[in-house]
Amino acid sequence: MQNEYTLTRAEKRFIGWHILVAVSALAIGSFFGPMQAFNYAGWNFYPKLRELHIAQSYYQGLTLHGVLNAVVWTTFFITGFLTFNMIYGLKRPLKYPKLNAFGFWMMVVGLVLAAIYILANKASVLYTFYPPMQAPWPFYLGLVLLVVGSWIEGYGFYFTLHQWKKDNPGVRTPFIAFASVATMVLWQLATLGVAIETLFMLLPWSMGLVKGIDIQLARTFFWWFGHPLVYFWLLPAYISWYAYLPRQAGGKLYSETMARLAFWLFILLSVPVGFHHQFVDPGVAPGWKYIHALLTLSVVIPSLMTLFTVVASLEYAGRKRGGKGLMGWLAALPWNDPVVAAQLLGGILFIFGGFGGIVNASYNTNLILHNTAWVPGHFHLTVSTAVTLTFMGISFWLVPYLTGRELCCRKAALWMVYLWFIGMAIFSQAMHSLGLLGAPRRTPLGEAPYIPAEWSGLLLRVGIGGIILFIAVYMYIWIMVHTAFFAKKATKEVEVQVAEAMTDVQLVPEWLDAWKPWLVGAVALLVVAYTPVLIDLISGMVPVVAPGMKLW
Amino acid sequence: MSSLHIDRHEKRWITISMVLLAAFAVLIGVAGFALGVQVPTLEQKVDPAKLDQDPKWSNPGVREIVPGKKYEVYIIAQTWQFTPREIVVPAGAKVTFYVTSRDIQHGFKVLNTDLNVQVIPGYVGKLSYTFDQPGEYKFICTEYCGLGHAAMFGMIKVVPPEEFGQ
Repeated sequence: MQNEYTLTRAEKRFIGWHILVAVSALAIGSFFGPMQAFNYAGWNFYPKLRELHIAQSYYQGLTLHGVLNAVVWTTFFITGFLTFNMIYGLKRPLKYPKLNAFGFWMMVVGLVLAAIYILANKASVLYTFYPPMQAPWPFYLGLVLLVVGSWIEGYGFYFTLHQWKKDNPGVRTPFIAFASVATMVLWQLATLGVAIETLFMLLPWSMGLVKGIDIQLARTFFWWFGHPLVYFWLLPAYISWYAYLPRQAGGKLYSETMARLAFWLFILLSVPVGFHHQFVDPGVAPGWKYIHALLTLSVVIPSLMTLFTVVASLEYAGRKRGGKGLMGWLAALPWNDPVVAAQLLGGILFIFGGFGGIVNASYNTNLILHNTAWVPGHFHLTVSTAVTLTFMGISFWLVPYLTGRELCCRKAALWMVYLWFIGMAIFSQAMHSLGLLGAPRRTPLGEAPYIPAEWSGLLLRVGIGGIILFIAVYMYIWIMVHTAFFAKKATKEVEVQVAEAMTDVQLVPEWLDAWKPWLVGAVALLVVAYTPVLIDLISGMVPVVAPGMKLW
Repeated sequence: MSSLHIDRHEKRWITISMVLLAAFAVLIGVAGFALGVQVPTLEQKVDPAKLDQDPKWSNPGVREIVPGKKYEVYIIAQTWQFTPREIVVPAGAKVTFYVTSRDIQHGFKVLNTDLNVQVIPGYVGKLSYTFDQPGEYKFICTEYCGLGHAAMFGMIKVVPPEEFGQ
């Protein structure tokens, strides 16, 4: 089947740059993840890394791993993938390609600036950069440029959609373009919090313009951003599960109406939830923490809707492929196709990530696990498996599409996704268990003097997970490098497999294609959920002066 | 406005999800606000640079309010130690902890209990617990605070009431 639309060479190259930066960040950042896991297991490579001038400490390694994997790999991959969805979905070029290019290069400049300071061990503040630990001001400026650059790419999407709507009155926005804009809207609501924290607190304070800042207030702005950030990672994976995976598996999208409703609910509900990261913070009143707990639990609804629709779509595909009986359809899915297997395996571990997420969000159950190893155990199932495996699956068709080369080493790609699944399952299960026993997160447990002997079996399993993941991630990097630059030229363009919906798209109600009511609702909810607490914190600020010492 | 078409099975699925989540919400609410399984609250705000001048904080440690029944414990976290490092309280008494930081953010978590608070300079967190069983309970720093973070911990010794104070 012919593609209905083809991107120009320049567009392909532009998206390719995004993926290149993303995969490069993953290649560097993923070196340090296993180093942490090895430290847990008692195989501490950090003294050697220090000798070789690769990393000065566990915490510099942890900062590199967190920033490069959780922020750079995701943000660049997402903006690239969404750009593809906009152009291919609307079947037209971006309205202002230069604006988007400007946004992209601003992100790159921001990244380079922040990276210089992290690599020099001057900003080993982890990816939450909690004050009053202080990095030099250009580090914070780099973060601002990274975020603002992504906003500009988002504005480029809005202009493009606006023009398309003008030219196509009454036509429902194609799902992949709609969902991409929705993801960007969510991102812009979310990043407002961290932009306020950085621009009005951290930057002036690190430049010495203000003496002290209120730490509880800074945390509150950070977590306004910090949780919806995870939905910004997740929604592009959902786009793939809703719009690509059903067709890649041989079927159709079960309900486009519900897919769209889920995205609207995410815009509405996923931002006013930050206090569930602050349940044990002294400065936020319990009543407000409980309200955010309720709002967080309500985000579970669009997630469970997604589970239903995606599974229904897959069941349809499996039965079309000859699967019979209650579970036969599942076995009939193309588990030997790396594109599909990556997404299915990511989805399976995501179910456990969802269960754990409900525990995290449940107010007082959070007392048991706040800042324990449970938390990284949890988000390695979500962002590092559901999201990352899905992105890897996407890259297995998108990169060949962009470079005009064939996916190199299909078999290795398949092995790689299964290894990732197994490694992450072992790693994450052990991390959850350690957390329940009270092991702190962000701590070189291999060196901590208070570790009871009973934990050693679990710590060893963390290390074993790390070995498997180390192998898997560099197989992926190798596959990407070869697919991008060295693999055989393809004879024809990769078929872009966007799933058809089972019912006519025009039957989707008009209010599911109208932005205003949902945006007004989202902003109103955000204002209600945050204003009283922010007024309380701002009116009683306790400015804390930086201790002025480098603690790492 | 055209109507929303939702599959019969999906309607049922969403209803079950909502009922389940509502039940969770009620349970954690009751546990928190009626049964006392509560998150930490704010006790006071205090300038971390002036802790030594604050009568409450110049001499942190255990204070007896009602012998054998009620105790207060003041703990200061700073890089990279807790003051005091060792605390002795009797079993069966209600112990209220007040925790703050002298410099940057730390964490305070007592292993094998649900005591857990983010230690934020400028803010004093308040949390309570009754240790029913005598024994040793380690408390550890759970927030990254620099190179010595992994070595930052202390010990609560819970002794039988008749041995306390001897």
